[in-house]
Amino acid sequence: MPPDRTGTVGLFATCLMNAMRPNIGFAAARLLEDAGWRVEVPREQTCCGQPAYNGGDEDAARALARRTIAQFEAFDALVAPSGSCLATLKHDYPRLLRDDPLWAGRAQALADKSWELLTFLHERVGPEHIRSRFPHRVTYHDSCSGLRQLGIREAPRALLARVEGLRLVEAEEREVCCGFGGTFSVKYPTLSERLAENKVQRLLATRADVVLGGDLGCLLHLAGRLTRICAPVRVYHTVEVLAGLADGPGIGQS
Amino acid sequence: MQIRTREFIPRATFALHDPNLQRALAKAADGFIGKRAKAIAEVPEFEALREAARVRKDEILSELDLWLERYEAQVRAVGGQVHWARDAEDARAIIRALCARAGAKTVAKGKSMVSEEIGLNEALAADGLEVIETDLGEYIVQLAKEPPSHIIAPAVHKTKEQVAELFAEHHGTTPEPTVSGLVTEARQQLRRAFFRADVGITGANFLIAETGASVIVTNEGNGDLTQTLARVHIVTAGIEKVVPALEDATLFLRLLARSATGQDSETYTTYSMGPRRAGDPDGPQEYHVVLVDNGRSRMLGGPWREMLRCIRCGACMNHCPVYGAIGGHAYGWVYPGPMGSVLTPLFVGLDTAYDLPNACTLNGRCGEVCPVKIPLPELIREVRHAQQRDGLHPPAEQRVKALWRRVAERPALYHGLERLAVRLLATLGYKGRIRRLPGLSGWTDARDLPAPTGRTFLELWHAKGHDE
Repeated sequence: MPPDRTGTVGLFATCLMNAMRPNIGFAAARLLEDAGWRVEVPREQTCCGQPAYNGGDEDAARALARRTIAQFEAFDALVAPSGSCLATLKHDYPRLLRDDPLWAGRAQALADKSWELLTFLHERVGPEHIRSRFPHRVTYHDSCSGLRQLGIREAPRALLARVEGLRLVEAEEREVCCGFGGTFSVKYPTLSERLAENKVQRLLATRADVVLGGDLGCLLHLAGRLTRICAPVRVYHTVEVLAGLADGPGIGQS
Repeated sequence: MQIRTREFIPRATFALHDPNLQRALAKAADGFIGKRAKAIAEVPEFEALREAARVRKDEILSELDLWLERYEAQVRAVGGQVHWARDAEDARAIIRALCARAGAKTVAKGKSMVSEEIGLNEALAADGLEVIETDLGEYIVQLAKEPPSHIIAPAVHKTKEQVAELFAEHHGTTPEPTVSGLVTEARQQLRRAFFRADVGITGANFLIAETGASVIVTNEGNGDLTQTLARVHIVTAGIEKVVPALEDATLFLRLLARSATGQDSETYTTYSMGPRRAGDPDGPQEYHVVLVDNGRSRMLGGPWREMLRCIRCGACMNHCPVYGAIGGHAYGWVYPGPMGSVLTPLFVGLDTAYDLPNACTLNGRCGEVCPVKIPLPELIREVRHAQQRDGLHPPAEQRVKALWRRVAERPALYHGLERLAVRLLATLGYKGRIRRLPGLSGWTDARDLPAPTGRTFLELWHAKGHDE
């Protein structure tokens, strides 16, 4: 579909974004609306069900998948500011519901029009709509779900290249997990802490003063670790920078 | 081998604080990852090979019974014997009987994970046999009275200095703590063992049905000496190791060495077929193959079937951030890392090995590097599902999950509680973060919790008059 065709987007308000960082949702909406898309946020949406699915509770995941499908299937596209939640919608829903004759087709139909936000901005909206300024040395953290399940690698970088004054410095071991892992982070805190520390050392070695990413789970984890060790680094979701809404405090800062 | 999977958390915690281990792991990870990347970059068709290997393994597994029978017939045709072991105990009994019949006093062993799986060394030692591991890494952990910590690099957790000390203690020598010094020292010791051995036991990387050959790959040549010099050669292998033809083995060999050690091929790829024939200058008088099922045929018919594609290269653990942080011993049994997080619970029990599949971030790198495309993250999740079905997750976690599900299905309640929670959390924040949160200490022990601003996105969005 050419980038100039617009329509109505259902914005999936991920649990973490909804509770912890509403600015991400507003940044996403701003960019989408600027490009002529209509943005709707269904009131009845809750969680995509990924914690249940990864935690071993397929029944619960299935129930939440059906709810999400019903909430969003009428839109031209579903957009979520998280590779992790989106991978659940795109890959796990069709798998979870494949044996359910009433829902298998609906799950696949929603999966086919569901987009991770940065990919959507890159492929459907077009980078020319990015007109922000952010004169900082930044590094980008690739989240594993986005990277491996959705192949998100170039989109955020291409978008950030449009931001005036921004200098992207790549960290080493970009493909290594930061140790968030959803419930893993609280079930195995000592392991999670070590992986966070390994990742933080790589990020700090870039001497960037800002860390960006596309998944709030990883970002809360990394920001929490960075403030814990008093590192003078700010953390934002990429879309906050793209929309020119990274003028407030970084995640976990005041 | 003693099962210590229940001690995962304390052993992992200790591993994080063991400086020698951390040094060894950091060095190993750099080597393995870099070498593999370099080796596969030189093979443009590597991805196509992975796909071909996946397809071929699945075909073979769907006719496994057929190929096993063909293999057995071929081994017999070249004068060898095949023994079928239903489980570990069966396998031990067969091998003990073979050793007893041969009047063996000394057994030389090539590297074999199946022999670890069936607890062979302990059983033979209990019979009064001298068992000598001849793979350098295995030899080191045997001297240290430890299990291997990696499936292809058993002593990867040890530094050179630790190995030198170990040799000094056991050999009464003072080897230099360098690779060449240690190898020379081990070689002198092992050379004598090869000549002393009555029975040589090796594993197998592949069993070839059309010829009855077993294939081993090594970098030290120890397997060759183990299987040629002793009077009796016993091959132990899982039933999934059989492949129809030589050309299948060559497909998997191209993937194995590159994935395991980043070599184009291992230094030695050795085919052995039956006992010494009339006119052969060397070779064993007897040739036995012990085919071990030990739960594998049950896996064939279930959700973990894809795990039987595994060719034991170790790439998954080399690329696993958790393995890289704690090493193999923390996993508490024969198979560590991602492949072990699937296999170990199936062998020792979903409850006994509870932590293994759960102590995983599902980051997916293991599946990405697997040469036979085993969807490891999905299988790990599948083990968690099985644990859920059996009610094995901690009771508190199960209660939280059940409650969360009931709430998440009721949007008004869900959003009401969420609004309450973010208001509460906002008041606990200082300078934008929460340093300690009782009830969520798992999080705040390791890092701050960024404090929310006090309103949820949904309430702010809809308060702004956005209409649906």
